[in-house]
Amino acid sequence: MKEKNQHIILQTKNLSIGYQSNKAETIVASNINLELKEGQLIGLVGANGIGKSTLLRTLTQVQPKLSGAIYLNNKPLKTYSNIELAQTMSLVLTEQIVSKNLSVFELIALGRQPYTNWVGNLSENDISTVNKAISQTNIESLKNKKCFELSDGQLQKVMITRALAQDTDLIVLDEPTTHLDMYHKVYILKLLQKLAKETGKTILFSSHEIDLAIQLCDSMIVMSKDNIVSDSPCHLIEKGAFSNLFPKDMIVFDEKIGSFRVKK
Amino acid sequence: MPNTNTYKVPFLVLLLLLILCFFANISLGSVSVPFKSIFESLIGTADNYIIQNYRLPKAFTAILVGSGLGISGLLMQTLFRNPLAGPFVLGISSGASLGVALIILGAGIFGGLFSTLLISKWSIVIAASLGSFLVLLAVLIVSSRVRDTMAILIIGLMFGSITAAIVSVLSYFSSAEQLQQYIFWGFGSLGNLSWNELGIFFIIYSFGIVMSIISIKGLNTLLLGENYAKSLGLNIKKSRLIIIIATSLLAGTITAFAGPIAFIGLAIPHITRQVFNTSNHKVLLPAVFLIGAIVMLVCDSIAQLPTSDYTLPINAITSLIGAPVVIWLLVRKRKMIF
Repeated sequence: MKEKNQHIILQTKNLSIGYQSNKAETIVASNINLELKEGQLIGLVGANGIGKSTLLRTLTQVQPKLSGAIYLNNKPLKTYSNIELAQTMSLVLTEQIVSKNLSVFELIALGRQPYTNWVGNLSENDISTVNKAISQTNIESLKNKKCFELSDGQLQKVMITRALAQDTDLIVLDEPTTHLDMYHKVYILKLLQKLAKETGKTILFSSHEIDLAIQLCDSMIVMSKDNIVSDSPCHLIEKGAFSNLFPKDMIVFDEKIGSFRVKK
Repeated sequence: MPNTNTYKVPFLVLLLLLILCFFANISLGSVSVPFKSIFESLIGTADNYIIQNYRLPKAFTAILVGSGLGISGLLMQTLFRNPLAGPFVLGISSGASLGVALIILGAGIFGGLFSTLLISKWSIVIAASLGSFLVLLAVLIVSSRVRDTMAILIIGLMFGSITAAIVSVLSYFSSAEQLQQYIFWGFGSLGNLSWNELGIFFIIYSFGIVMSIISIKGLNTLLLGENYAKSLGLNIKKSRLIIIIATSLLAGTITAFAGPIAFIGLAIPHITRQVFNTSNHKVLLPAVFLIGAIVMLVCDSIAQLPTSDYTLPINAITSLIGAPVVIWLLVRKRKMIF
């Protein structure tokens, strides 16, 4: 493994995440120390309700952190302005877009909003960036379709293309493979792997496809009740990080094949 | 495609239609004026009292009302992510009605000095604007707490009920004369404005339009939903405030000067989306402007009942046209463009 001095895009130090209400603080997870490196595909896995979404929401500044520090490109996350943040980090969310009457091109072009003028006119540079993103994800044939004509898998590709057109160092995807069949799950994750390699962007996604993530990711973040560990998939298997993910009387992790089995 | 050239032809057609409707509107009425004398009085070679002091301001009012209500409906539908939103449904008109009711009907209750002081045209305008702004603000505060858009609509309707209730309490204590004045205001009217009033109307309207134009980029971003809009660098709170102020300026002053005109705000954006088959506000905003103005001119021409001495309440005509459009939209909802 070549572990050169790669640039660190996102870093957390003693980060605590959770919810703050008037009286009480509900800590979902604490003491989180992560380093996301340039050009890597990073999978975030863990059981339902363990706090994957909370972590992603905190890293993307949708909700405030409880304590600790988050650095984006060595600069504290909270010092970013709206536009600066939009030019550094793009998102693919689980929620549906409001208007499906947009054409695929229009939707992807909205990814250029942080760069366009007050009325949102696309410059030649914007249009070429959009077209480049479209060719990188191989969706030329969808370009002129309306979003309501697309299947779930196609729409997910389009949303990834939109994030790509936003031209950010970091792309964060919240469960990009839900609602997709096996083929499209693999397709989307392989696409993300290819994009990380070709574009040098850092791609962080949460997923329940642990088997696939182990095979495709450069690095993984495994969230379990007691701790959060981050390393390459091989090292994580050696450390036995996956065996504590689920109750052992139901599911066991087979370290030889790197996959889960139902306990009979 | 963001290629605005493809829309050149429909825009040109609409512009010609607008000019045609404008002249037809001036020409038609209890006294039919031939096109020739309209031109003559427009370029100043002949004086025509009816045209210069009645028909012309009325036609301009129709353009401002139709375009302004259409645009405020468009802004509300995008902001609230709801195809049924509009100034009327969200209680902005109700707020204006309440303001006016308090002035016209309340004057009788407070009596004496107040009544002469209060019932001027301007106090009605200010009360209507204030009323609509307050209701919209209340809807906004509620909408920041309630994420369910249906709940927001129901809350808008509730504001309408509260208004109606307060108005009926007020009317119980009012004189027949005041009641009549309020009811006539509720019919809506495009023909009561002098050139001076039209000037003030136009200035406030222009502020609303400018703020709508500023919001175009934000509105397009909001088509993805608020979380995506935020991730694209949009300052949601600021954009939301600008959109709401624009709407209350437009819907508020229109209701103030022309009364609560129904359905235009809801129906025009839908008609426009069907015609242009796009959600891009760079296209929709000018298109809604044109179609709104045209529909309002047509409604007004019908309301004049050409060659007769009667004038129907404009509100009845807009509803007669608007309600079937809403029904038609619901029936073919599967293909509804939003």
